[in-house]
Amino acid sequence: MYLYDSYDQAMVDARVEEFRDQAQRRLEGRITEEQFRPLRLMNGLYLQLHAYMLRVAIPYGTLNSRQMHMLADIADKYDRGYGHFTTRQNIQYNWIKLEETADLLADLASVEMHAIQTSGNCIRNISSDHFAGAAADELIDPRPYAELLRQWSSFHPEFSFLPRKFKIAVIASDTDRAAMKLHDIGIQIVKNDAGELGATFYVGGGMGRTPMIAPMIRDFVPLDQLVTYSEACLRVYNRYGRRDNKYKARIKILVHELGKEEYTRQVEEEFQHLLDQGVEPPLAELERLRPYFADPEFTDGPKNVDRSDPEFALWVARNTNRHKHDSYVSAVISLKPLAGIPGDASSEQMHLMADLAKEYSFDELRVMHTQNIVLPHVKIADLHALWTKLEAAGLGAPNVDTIEDIIACPGLDYCSLANARSIPLAQRLSQRFAEKGRTEELGELKLKISGCINACGHHHAGHIGILGVDKKGTENYQLLLGGSEAQDTSMGKITGRGFDEDGVIDAVEKVTDIYLDKREDGERFLDTYRRIGMDPFKEALYD
Amino acid sequence: MKILTGNDLKTGEVIWWDGTGWSRHVDDAVDVGERGDVILAREDAERRVNSGYSIEASKEDGPDGTRIRPAHIKDRVRALGPTVRPDLTLKPADPEAGNWVI
Repeated sequence: MYLYDSYDQAMVDARVEEFRDQAQRRLEGRITEEQFRPLRLMNGLYLQLHAYMLRVAIPYGTLNSRQMHMLADIADKYDRGYGHFTTRQNIQYNWIKLEETADLLADLASVEMHAIQTSGNCIRNISSDHFAGAAADELIDPRPYAELLRQWSSFHPEFSFLPRKFKIAVIASDTDRAAMKLHDIGIQIVKNDAGELGATFYVGGGMGRTPMIAPMIRDFVPLDQLVTYSEACLRVYNRYGRRDNKYKARIKILVHELGKEEYTRQVEEEFQHLLDQGVEPPLAELERLRPYFADPEFTDGPKNVDRSDPEFALWVARNTNRHKHDSYVSAVISLKPLAGIPGDASSEQMHLMADLAKEYSFDELRVMHTQNIVLPHVKIADLHALWTKLEAAGLGAPNVDTIEDIIACPGLDYCSLANARSIPLAQRLSQRFAEKGRTEELGELKLKISGCINACGHHHAGHIGILGVDKKGTENYQLLLGGSEAQDTSMGKITGRGFDEDGVIDAVEKVTDIYLDKREDGERFLDTYRRIGMDPFKEALYD
Repeated sequence: MKILTGNDLKTGEVIWWDGTGWSRHVDDAVDVGERGDVILAREDAERRVNSGYSIEASKEDGPDGTRIRPAHIKDRVRALGPTVRPDLTLKPADPEAGNWVI
């Protein structure tokens, strides 16, 4: 993985001291909250329902055991012994004190981490495939390109005050595990007919109050023009994106209002102009980055595991992904224990995951946008030992991509923007389906819950989505069906009038009953929904 | 009644105006009537509160005395703590505390 050079470290260290001074001036009354707010947000520090919340960047979700140990230490030293892994492959702490934040940031900097650009109208943390560099089906490791874009976008003076926040994802396989088309820019590394690598650009996707799937605006950008083309996309947005209305300020609105053709025309014009300006870093820079992401020294070993223990066999079936080396798999540590809080991990669990990464996965971990953790390179011969240790620590839930593997935003339990709580719904739903023994029978079923229209819980993209709304001061929940954030990206449709908390849990059970009744061989919930449409589900819910 | 709330500048803790200072407990909150803006301006200037605001609330008499109930669920969550982590709320030993929010 990428390691800071002296320039990176100096920049991050300097930023810590700059923030220390800014915070001190606020505490002494030399600047007002109005003046301080944008400064703290630039460093990922929000004021939430119960306290300050700090969001820490984990570039494309990759971290090593030393960094994970530090995240655990921070949870103990500055927070209340836990952290929350987010849908942007980051971690958030919920109980941070302003007077201690600079010390926390200094601790983060000591392990090459920071919270810069995790808020504000700038280019946020670049996300990627959580199996990057490991998946059997990928073309090439997308992380060197994500890192190049991270370096380009960090402290970019032209893009520090965009009309709105800006999110980029980079993948390199036809299987989309990063919700790529639901980003402001989604990039897929591809190979053309001549065998050359390039990038397909999708621009103007997003969820929130106006969900849109990004249209493809160019099918092949040569990799030595990747940054320049990204710059062109951003420039047109920065110039014409709406700043008069924050609800219409995302690039998806601009692309929609201009139309894909006109937006693309302007980007191409800007691109041609930029090609003469020397914006692109030399290819040598990309070549410098590549070795940081070189394969570890894989060794041959057994290709199969003994599946005679049914619980272990289920975990292997559910929680591992095929690796490009046939003696290895990528193992998913589910942070969705039965009736637990999706994405939360205690400091003890973080320390354990760090130790396991060191022992079994070449010192590497990944944060998934589905709020789980990946050990990307686990030898098949070590799987049972790993599972045994996870089980003992309560981290062995065999539920990846099932109805228990729920994405849920922090909701009204933590978030000042939320209208309704998300976490209690996730807890009750996972419990109901587990207790009824329905989880396995339902197979792949992605359930996603947001506590408000901002859609941090990706409800639009759930096979089943739930959106919390405020109905005259009480929590109410809308149900959506048919969304997907995979390569078959689609937006869920609202079933009809909303439900209270008990009602929406019953409603989810009813729609799964319809699925089980109507499904044909091999169909997932999403497939059945797409085949039979909304009507049978509506009839079950409202008649 | 109208009560005042905000966050402690240094720690971020949720605090409530008790008539002479700021308390962590909503039941200490007092009715400020129409004086909310004046109090908040003064307290903000002295950095004794951050991002303060006024909310509607009601008084409820119960076995434990008079309690203050913010009108909106968001402020009841703020007053108690996260309903999904009772161990981190102000009433960790009260199994019914979460129901008060709803």
